[in-house]
Amino acid sequence: MWNSFKFVKEGWIDSYMVSKMSSKMVGSNNLAHAKRMVQQLRVEASIERIKVSKASADLMRYCGENAKYDPLLMGIPASENPFKDKKPCTIL
Amino acid sequence: MCDQTFLAITFGPCDNCSQNKPLMNIYLKNEPINYCSLCVELMACQGLAKGETTNTLKAESESLKAKLEEERAKLHDVELHQVAEKIDALGQFVMKTRRTLKGHGNKVLCMDWCRDKRRIVSSSQDGKVIVWDAYTTNKEHAVTMPCTWVMACAYAPSGCAVACGGLDNKCSVYPLSLDKNENLAAKKKSVAMHTNYLSSCSFTNSDMQILTSSGDGTCALWDVESGQLLQSFHGHSADVLSLDLAPSETGNTFVSGGCDKKANVWDMRSGQNVQSFETHESDINNVKYYPSGDAFATGSDDATCRLYDLRADREVAIYSKDSIIFGASSVDFSLSGRLLFAGYNDYTINVWDVLKGTRVAILFGHENRVSTVRVSPDGTAFCSGSWDNTLRIWA
Repeated sequence: MWNSFKFVKEGWIDSYMVSKMSSKMVGSNNLAHAKRMVQQLRVEASIERIKVSKASADLMRYCGENAKYDPLLMGIPASENPFKDKKPCTIL
Repeated sequence: MCDQTFLAITFGPCDNCSQNKPLMNIYLKNEPINYCSLCVELMACQGLAKGETTNTLKAESESLKAKLEEERAKLHDVELHQVAEKIDALGQFVMKTRRTLKGHGNKVLCMDWCRDKRRIVSSSQDGKVIVWDAYTTNKEHAVTMPCTWVMACAYAPSGCAVACGGLDNKCSVYPLSLDKNENLAAKKKSVAMHTNYLSSCSFTNSDMQILTSSGDGTCALWDVESGQLLQSFHGHSADVLSLDLAPSETGNTFVSGGCDKKANVWDMRSGQNVQSFETHESDINNVKYYPSGDAFATGSDDATCRLYDLRADREVAIYSKDSIIFGASSVDFSLSGRLLFAGYNDYTINVWDVLKGTRVAILFGHENRVSTVRVSPDGTAFCSGSWDNTLRIWA
């Protein structure tokens, strides 16, 4: 069963639109569904994994290498950032 | 073969046995067919090996799930924030609203940056799609869609077109012209057709293909020129709310998140779901790849954002606080991946230190929920869109 039709939950639209657009997962089609689940799980169980320590180290290394190119992280001078306001001009 | 069955309210002759019965619309090899429920079951039985029944299959799927958890747990030797203890903490951040883009008459639902780093396309509930120049806040183009709730919009890589869609169940591409007086709606091209609302769309590396996700639980890859369906992705059991393409030039995977609390990683060529993550406690509203492509972040209605590493095949960080009780609607990384910007339904944007798991700033300013947050392509600023009808550029 579709247990979370987003719009109904959020109360965003009228119920008449819901009846036009509802769609449900078939619960009675157990066999085909179960077979698909098993095949999918077999695929997922067979992938190669690495340790979290190695994955974390790689994420940290990427951050470290690219930190200097990250304007939001490092902050860039107002003169180089098109969004930051430059010093106001004075008319002489 | 990936097929997903929907209970549709159609009644008619079955494609297989020709009897008039309630029909199920299913997809075999991306072709829609209408079989009655008896023929669907018979077809499924033919695929069974000797001795397989629903019960043996269920038992096997339970044991596979347990094995999956066991394999993942074996590699869980340390937490990301523990490894990150040795790096310096971030200093104070001062980010302010630098531009406010006003002009939408109703809630802003989605936005996207152009690769030229200054143009933005945004879409709203009243059906308007506006292209802005973010430096000057001028509106360059405006299109009125024939439907309301335009939940998805995307800029083409060339900057010459925008794609958008929503409750019309379609994704339409509008080529942008330099002539301001030209009626953009006349040149509209309908590309995608779903059976439910369009929640998200994205061009692939070229203007020629679009990836879409929909409330019908599927994602699909379309050719823009012909409107042909190139590949469909079935596997979610509820509305798919968001998708993101892997950042690499040669990459051909994408991640999608939906109301079934799952985030799935897909191979675009085969349509195969290669990895699946289910640790959120509620709908996943937004998914975004880490800049290196090795991980992705999700924002969810359970008030947390989480980081999943693809090579470790597990969740490696949770970004949450007891004081945050409203759902996160949108997330995006800064250029280096050190900062995660998340827009929440409590009108704020929280900035998280991705590695240490701590919050570094809260940004106030919007007067209603923040629906979308995107960092500009060169990382100099980020833009947020909100239900208060405005977009803000922060730097």
